[in-house]
Amino acid sequence: MKKRRTKLAILIAVFALVAAACSSGGDDAGDGDFRIAIVAPSASNDLAFTQSIVDAANVLKESGVISEVAITDGTFVVDDAAVAIRGYADDGYDLVIAHGSQYGGSLQEIAPDFPETSFAWGTSADTFGLPNVYSYEAASDQGGRVMGIMAAALSNSDVVGIVGPIEVGDAKLYVDGFKAGVLIQKPGADVRVNYIDSFSDVALASEAATSLIGAGADVLSGTAQMVVGAVGVAKTEGVLWFGTQANQTSLAPEIVVASQVYHWDVILEEIINNVKDGKLGGELRQRGAGHRIQRWL
Amino acid sequence: MSEVFTVAVLVAVTASAIRLAVPLLLASLGETFGQRSGVLNLGVDGIMLLGAFAGYYAVLKSGNVWLGLFAAAIVGLVLGLASAVIAVTLKAEQGISGIGIYLFGLGMSDLLFQKLVGTPIPIDTFPKVNIPILADIPYIGPMFFQHSLVIYLAFAAIPFGTFVINRTTFGMNIRAVGEYPEAADTLGVSVERVRYATQLIGGTLAGVAGGVLAISLGIFQQNLTNAAGFIAIALVYFGGFRPIGIMLGALLFGFVNALVLELKTLEVIPRDLSNLFAMAPAIITILALAFVARRFRAPAALTKPFTRGQ
Repeated sequence: MKKRRTKLAILIAVFALVAAACSSGGDDAGDGDFRIAIVAPSASNDLAFTQSIVDAANVLKESGVISEVAITDGTFVVDDAAVAIRGYADDGYDLVIAHGSQYGGSLQEIAPDFPETSFAWGTSADTFGLPNVYSYEAASDQGGRVMGIMAAALSNSDVVGIVGPIEVGDAKLYVDGFKAGVLIQKPGADVRVNYIDSFSDVALASEAATSLIGAGADVLSGTAQMVVGAVGVAKTEGVLWFGTQANQTSLAPEIVVASQVYHWDVILEEIINNVKDGKLGGELRQRGAGHRIQRWL
Repeated sequence: MSEVFTVAVLVAVTASAIRLAVPLLLASLGETFGQRSGVLNLGVDGIMLLGAFAGYYAVLKSGNVWLGLFAAAIVGLVLGLASAVIAVTLKAEQGISGIGIYLFGLGMSDLLFQKLVGTPIPIDTFPKVNIPILADIPYIGPMFFQHSLVIYLAFAAIPFGTFVINRTTFGMNIRAVGEYPEAADTLGVSVERVRYATQLIGGTLAGVAGGVLAISLGIFQQNLTNAAGFIAIALVYFGGFRPIGIMLGALLFGFVNALVLELKTLEVIPRDLSNLFAMAPAIITILALAFVARRFRAPAALTKPFTRGQ
């Protein structure tokens, strides 16, 4: 009996620690009346995709547009994200943001169960025809094109490499735009794209960068949270880097030439104003440099 | 297509394969010791993650990569001890308790990173060590002899592990405890002590594997291992519970990954088929498991807790 109690105590302790470790709490604030929740795949401070939306939410909170923001980050597992999305809808948040192309299927299933709740899904152009789902995306190809032009101008070998995650959503837009930019500046340039088919495999992104440098690339770019590994290789090899989604200068100030930083607050504020006016969704919000959603650092 | 069949591509793919193989090889070697003694630890990935964070954080604070590796080893050792307590002393169901350790490592490494570091900060990486004379051999040198010291040490651990398992009294005890613990116990071998020892070895090597990964990349991120620990467990079966087989499996896995990456860079793989080729390492591992590993038998007492007199 004593052994059983000991086992039980250990199991409870382990589960308590795991629960504590896995939780990423909401951030209560203010007396206002608009609450948003964000579900995102990587860490809130990943210097990439997730950080861009968290920074935007914080801007809106500081400016008083929203009263509360709750965040569940690190949901690489889509099923975990689905539980969090449904949980926030259950809790009565005014806008639930599924920030990841991979969450579309879950949202399509969950949103009809909560017709009074507004959802936003990005980056995507599809609302599934649902009246309470907004889709949003940055015209990251515009920023990518500007960066591609700069990259081509700085390349001596005329070989430019791009490390991508999976060929969908924002990543595809950016990569296509960057490639087009390089070819605008140098039509004869060789642009090599390596999609590693993972948003999270830092080691593979690192090896992809090594492979691109081996193919002659002297300027690199990449998108999504796993590029921290590729930036490290660029730094070691003295190869220039163009970042996107968040400011990546801190990773390697000596080689990061510029970063395209997303200001999702522009789009989010439009959506929030719509929701406050009673329009819960059914629209795509795509904004580009003209709306100052992208800025360069 | 002509640029695929060049020595330069072979050199690049081989060197990349070796780098990708090392964390798998170390974690898998450690797990082999455990499984040969009859203990399955599914928590390898969690231990790797905490080892990775410990190694990263120690280098971040000290600037010393070897101190980082030591920190990773210590964390691995402690978690190996925890695994032993749960699996050997408490006789918990090994599959379930291993998943618990994995979840603990996954959550705790992320929590510690968020609380102690926050935004990813790059750290120093292992310096490359060119082996005199050998590193200068055309093609062979860049493939095999221009890596960091930890890579050489990891491969040196394979014959050492083989020797320990096959040629020492300790190794004989490990095999005896894994095959027929009752008989080993009758002959005076402490089953618990041997299993504790193998769990400590396994935990330490898993921690080191995580530390090598983080310090080689020079960064830490949530879920850095990307399930490498589970691949390491599969490689134990792939390698027929023998260090040399594990090494070949890790190299094959690394080689296929590196080859797919290189073929993407060279634009040989059509973009539409990229996803399919990304699965190649997993598919090849599964096929190898099906056709190669079945020739080897798992230790008879694997996952079976030992109680004297039962």
